[in-house]
Amino acid sequence: MAYSDKVVDHYENPRNVGTLDKNSGDVGTGLVGAPACGDVMKLQIKVGAGGLIEDAKFKTFGCGSAIASSSLATEWIKGKTLDEAASIRNTEIAQHLSLPPVKIHCSVLAEDAIKAAVADYRAKQPKTSQAAE
Amino acid sequence: MPEGSAIERNDTGYPIYLDYQATTPTDPRVVEAMLPYFTERFGNPHSRNHRYGWEAEDAVETARAQVASIIGADPKEVIFTSGATESNNLALKGVAHFHRDKKRHIVTVVTEHKCVLDSCRYLEEEGFRVTYLPVQQNGLLDLDQLRAAIEDDTVIVSVMAVNNEIGVIQPLAEIGKICRERGTYFHTDAAQAVGKIPLDVNAMNIDLLSISGHKIYGPKGIGALYVRRKPRVRLQPLITGGGQERGLRSGTLPTPLCVGLGEACAIAEREMAGEAARLEALRARFYEQITARLPEVYLNGDTTHRIPGNLNLSFAYVEGEGLMMGIKGLSVSSGSACTSASLEPSYVLRALGVEEEMAHTSLRIGLGRYTTEAEVDAAVEQIAANVSKLRAMSPLWEMVQEGVDLRSIQWAAH
Ligand SMILES: Cc1ncc(COP(=O)(O)O)c(C=O)c1O
Ligand code: FES
Repeated sequence: MAYSDKVVDHYENPRNVGTLDKNSGDVGTGLVGAPACGDVMKLQIKVGAGGLIEDAKFKTFGCGSAIASSSLATEWIKGKTLDEAASIRNTEIAQHLSLPPVKIHCSVLAEDAIKAAVADYRAKQPKTSQAAE
Repeated sequence: MPEGSAIERNDTGYPIYLDYQATTPTDPRVVEAMLPYFTERFGNPHSRNHRYGWEAEDAVETARAQVASIIGADPKEVIFTSGATESNNLALKGVAHFHRDKKRHIVTVVTEHKCVLDSCRYLEEEGFRVTYLPVQQNGLLDLDQLRAAIEDDTVIVSVMAVNNEIGVIQPLAEIGKICRERGTYFHTDAAQAVGKIPLDVNAMNIDLLSISGHKIYGPKGIGALYVRRKPRVRLQPLITGGGQERGLRSGTLPTPLCVGLGEACAIAEREMAGEAARLEALRARFYEQITARLPEVYLNGDTTHRIPGNLNLSFAYVEGEGLMMGIKGLSVSSGSACTSASLEPSYVLRALGVEEEMAHTSLRIGLGRYTTEAEVDAAVEQIAANVSKLRAMSPLWEMVQEGVDLRSIQWAAH
């Protein structure tokens, strides 16, 4: 399989690999995929006082396209609001990385991982502050 | 190192070739033997009237004897085909069709090559019953299960000699004995076994045996089927016409390819013992180094009953396709394919009971005639570096380091 230059770049120089403290109140964690399917993505966000995502980290078990999709996702969501991040579509990721049809689901996984991280963060917030948002 | 091993690869910019179970380069000595039969000795081996034909016929018969010799057969029992795929098709469909009125049952194994499994599926559609035996965790057939599976109307038992993914060697002599006692034919797909392990169709009671040229440093597009004459195995041809090859495979024989297969067998027979010892040492070097560098590397398939040139390793928590992308300097094969990409992970590994997540982390490393120590060392280096890098970015590796039992997690299988 020939990979696009952008996939190769993210694979060889992945952005934002790492881990944030999942127990911290300002961190949301998304864990999607399944080992038995050959792909697992963990994506984490750290949300600043202004409601913007100030840091994002990922770890991925999967093919090069899955690694590239999650790396790109962390790049894109930094500095965004939760709503902006959650509105990123897998098609944008797939298009940016020029993923072939069989690799579209790798980008779907990245979209799911962002949404899961946002949902986890939101679930952690006390009801009042969520209402105040 | 065997003579004629002057195939240079590393200074060409090509990756190091470690995929000898997929195919092998044609040995230069084989090419040499073939060349005259493309040009000056171009005759039709079936032309009985002139020198061109006689020369070609002699060459084909010499080749047939060379093929027969490596499996302890009589040359009259060897039929040339286009490869092991055709040989397997002919053995299974040919025998089943010939005996279809009396016998309607076939026994084979789930880890067989696709061409055997597909021939069986085809016969099932024609109304034959097929038993697909499971294998044990080491990839080997359980002989008691085989005994129990054979029925009164079992026409043929087909069990591969050596598996192409995990390199394990099935107990051929024991299987042959059981089949002979029960009065059923024993066919073995020996594409990965010829020239790698000693084979003797008589000592092993093998009735039909498939050979492929390009797995044994011969050319692609040629193979052979051994068909026992005493007691005679009857089968119906797939390809009819001029009646060549005892009527079992019509068509003008490709003289240069036959010569190539013969020469490849002759070389393999002469050099098998030395080559096996050399590959055994290389494989041990590979395995010892890689397991010294990396924890949690698992060998798939039996440790002792396997050909020397094969290693099938699972690098836990690192997905195979992702790993392949990193080891650009190596040509290996991965048993992994993401389920979502609608490609299944290796059915062979799954048949061993290898957990799906581990099947996704496997590489097949095939060593062969031209593999050097330096190549092994370079391969170990590249694999170890990339596995380490990918584990550092694997969420599974991280969880396991934290003491999380991956099975305790509710994964959303998709
Ligand atoms: C075990 C086994 N059987 C059959 C085949 C098919 O052989 P051929 O390529 O000669 O048709 C192969 C090669 O892929 C093989 O490994
Ligand atoms: S994660 Fe399935 S092929 Fe990429």
